Amino acid sequence: MIINVGPQHPSTHGVLHLVITLNGETVKKVEPHLGYIHRSIEKMCESLSYRQFIYVTSRMDYLSSHINNHGCALCVEKGLQIEIPSRSQVIRVLMDELTRLASHLLWWGALAMDLGAFTPFFYAFREREMINELMEDTCGARLTMNYIVPGGVMMDLHPDFQRKVKEFLKLFQSKIHEYDELVTNNIIFQNRTKGVGFISREDAISFGCTGPTGRGSGLSCDIRKLYPYEIYDQLQFDEIIEQGGDSFARYKVRVREMVQSMRIIEQLIDNIPEGDFQAKTKAVLKLPKGDFYTRVETARGELGVYIVSEGGSTPYRIKFRSPGFSNLSALDHMSRGGKIGDLMATMGTLDLVIPDIDR
Amino acid sequence: MTKDELKIKLETLREGLSFEEGGEWTTLNLEPEGFKNFAAQIKNDSDLQFDYLFCQTAVDWKTHLSMVYHLSSTVFRHELVIKIKLEKSSPVVDTVCDLWRTAEFHEREAYDLMGIEFLGHPDLRRLFMTPDHEGFPLRKDYEDPINMIKL
Amino acid sequence: MISLEGLKTSTQIWLQNNLGEPWAFMAQSVLVGIAAITLFAVLGLALVYMERKVAALMQIRLGPNRVGPMGILQTSADTLKLVMKEGLTPDGADKFLFNLAPFLVMIAAMLILAPIAFAKNFQIWDLSIGVLYVAAISSVTVIGILMAGWSSNNKYSLLGAMRSAAQIVSYELSAGLSILAIVILTGSLRISDIINSQADGWWIIKGHIPVLIAFIVFLIAVTAETNRAPFDLAEAESELTAGFHTEYSGMKFALFFLAEYINIFIGCAIGATLFFGGWMPFHIGNWEAFNHVMDYIPSSIWFFGKTLFLIFVIMWFRWTFPRLRIDQLLNLEWKYLLPISMINLLIVTFMAIMGWHL
Repeated sequence: MIINVGPQHPSTHGVLHLVITLNGETVKKVEPHLGYIHRSIEKMCESLSYRQFIYVTSRMDYLSSHINNHGCALCVEKGLQIEIPSRSQVIRVLMDELTRLASHLLWWGALAMDLGAFTPFFYAFREREMINELMEDTCGARLTMNYIVPGGVMMDLHPDFQRKVKEFLKLFQSKIHEYDELVTNNIIFQNRTKGVGFISREDAISFGCTGPTGRGSGLSCDIRKLYPYEIYDQLQFDEIIEQGGDSFARYKVRVREMVQSMRIIEQLIDNIPEGDFQAKTKAVLKLPKGDFYTRVETARGELGVYIVSEGGSTPYRIKFRSPGFSNLSALDHMSRGGKIGDLMATMGTLDLVIPDIDR
Repeated sequence: MTKDELKIKLETLREGLSFEEGGEWTTLNLEPEGFKNFAAQIKNDSDLQFDYLFCQTAVDWKTHLSMVYHLSSTVFRHELVIKIKLEKSSPVVDTVCDLWRTAEFHEREAYDLMGIEFLGHPDLRRLFMTPDHEGFPLRKDYEDPINMIKL
Repeated sequence: MISLEGLKTSTQIWLQNNLGEPWAFMAQSVLVGIAAITLFAVLGLALVYMERKVAALMQIRLGPNRVGPMGILQTSADTLKLVMKEGLTPDGADKFLFNLAPFLVMIAAMLILAPIAFAKNFQIWDLSIGVLYVAAISSVTVIGILMAGWSSNNKYSLLGAMRSAAQIVSYELSAGLSILAIVILTGSLRISDIINSQADGWWIIKGHIPVLIAFIVFLIAVTAETNRAPFDLAEAESELTAGFHTEYSGMKFALFFLAEYINIFIGCAIGATLFFGGWMPFHIGNWEAFNHVMDYIPSSIWFFGKTLFLIFVIMWFRWTFPRLRIDQLLNLEWKYLLPISMINLLIVTFMAIMGWHL
């Protein structure tokens, strides 16, 4: 029997169309049909200047929009070979980690809702509102913040930023234990996610699974640790690796990553150096001829930005290697032989954001 | 391994490789013939162990197309970039799906958007466009008077 | 205080004096019918409102608060909307069964109202096999669900209906066995006997641990029988099917919806009757003054209070736990609950023989 888990979903994944071949209740094959939200971002960027194309990239993985912008800005800076002031480096890392927290919170709420527990969704959004308000003060937008630009950040931090972040941290420290008890230690939840959607370490490398998906299978792939960018090599945080390889391991990786993000924010929030928030750059940026590749760690995995430049003021070809693309290709492998309910748990822990996959 | 050590090691695997200068990582230019064997070699060799294909791109150079493979090793943490020059009229190259399974989706995307054919791919169909779409959108000479707005 | 018992006797006497015997009986039956339907309607509205408010407060938001003061007219507005909707019948559906299914489920729910004691001496029909009657009629609901799933001519509805039927039939066993524990302790199937035997303390206190275990099993079984979370696979399978009532719209859907809440009410009413004493007030041993005060509260308030408390607990479950998969659900029943209830039954029998509950 072939059924469609159609483009319209009752959860917040996005427009993903899966064609599932079933044998009774058991899944035989899962085939994703993509392209429902393909906006040809790569082609659009070929006609936009190096300052303009950052705005489009916020919309790729809209839950970690700062990190997308960061990756593009780093690639352009690598081509131009400019140094960024340390104040803007610290601001960039702070914004990245706050975005990672917000993204993981939404993921947690959506996963619980997929599995039938409706309440954690509201709790997660309550915290996420606080982060969104922080972002709104400084960056002017709540979801697609085009704040990180080549050369630094677009404007300085709002004067209230430090105080609000400290308040948020204090509140969230206590809440994360509550969430652990509500969902992580719940026996029904553990039964739904343990042993479900298993992928081994070798398969994770072969499929190109990065981020929490890879780290849940024992693969060490955190770009912030392996190829540190900005000031990540000066910060103290752990790379969370679990050996389980199933959905519960991926779940635990993400929840512990939230704690690590808080640790990074705590280390930085009192030590923001004074100085410029943007390096002096020319009005029209022109990258030299050649190709440049940068990797950053989004909430979903490794985002790669590959710019091929012919020396003009617009890129010749841009390729975004999105983490969701490779994670999705492993979905078929992970869900064969399981039941439909397991497919939901697997998809939830892969944390797919379809605009990231379709670009 | 550093860039130079990698160059020396790769030359021992195959004679007469042409390297590109000036990049951050070791960059190779190859022809489509014999690519599959070379790829299998660099994956299985115990000093290289390039087991992670982290990006597979297709670029349209107006006179020809090219495929760019970014490879890395999770063991040694060194990177390699392979560029293959393909003819515009009939771009055909071997698939690497059986070596790195992430290529299944990446090659479908390259086929869909650039029109490059991969020999031996288990399921080469369009990925983003509708199955009956004509033309390859990411090519530089793709015209769509209805949907494309030239700035 | 106005007591329902007094109302009943005075109505009876008035009718008998004015109409003469056969007519009085028929008038009584008609009045009882109207009262039952009114109770249903009001209960349905009140329970849906309660569910929405409870859900909202647990999810840190406000529930309905616009329509009417504090939103109490919200459900009436929803029902009005449902009544005005177009009732579609799918093309290949079996028309007779399709139309009959919701009514069957409602009728089964209404029939169970008969032996329930809402207040002291206020039962529609005090059957000598009251408890058995309840357990038997609640099985008829399964037929209604299967009818709905089959006649919709939709493979997803059929899947959902079959899963739901498997779930209900399995959990009836555990529910029945836990009810049997109380029957053994009381020695009678008659509802009024069971309530009267709790005059010196509710079974959940008098019966010590085995009755507590029986109560927990009963609570889980009732949640599963009424397709409530965490066992709501059949209706909230959001990824795949929308359950057996996919193809229903308008008034028929309203009937299914209402019947679900009435089933919850009935399940909790039986639980309150058997384990918590029905309309029996809460007495503590020899505290005369306390007992006297407790007696002063009308027995109908006791009954509804206990039932509403149990309904609140079942609603609490829904908004706290994730859903179980169908095989985990059936696993839970056949491998865990059934053996536990059977062993519990043996222990209760032993306890009854030794007289430890007295």
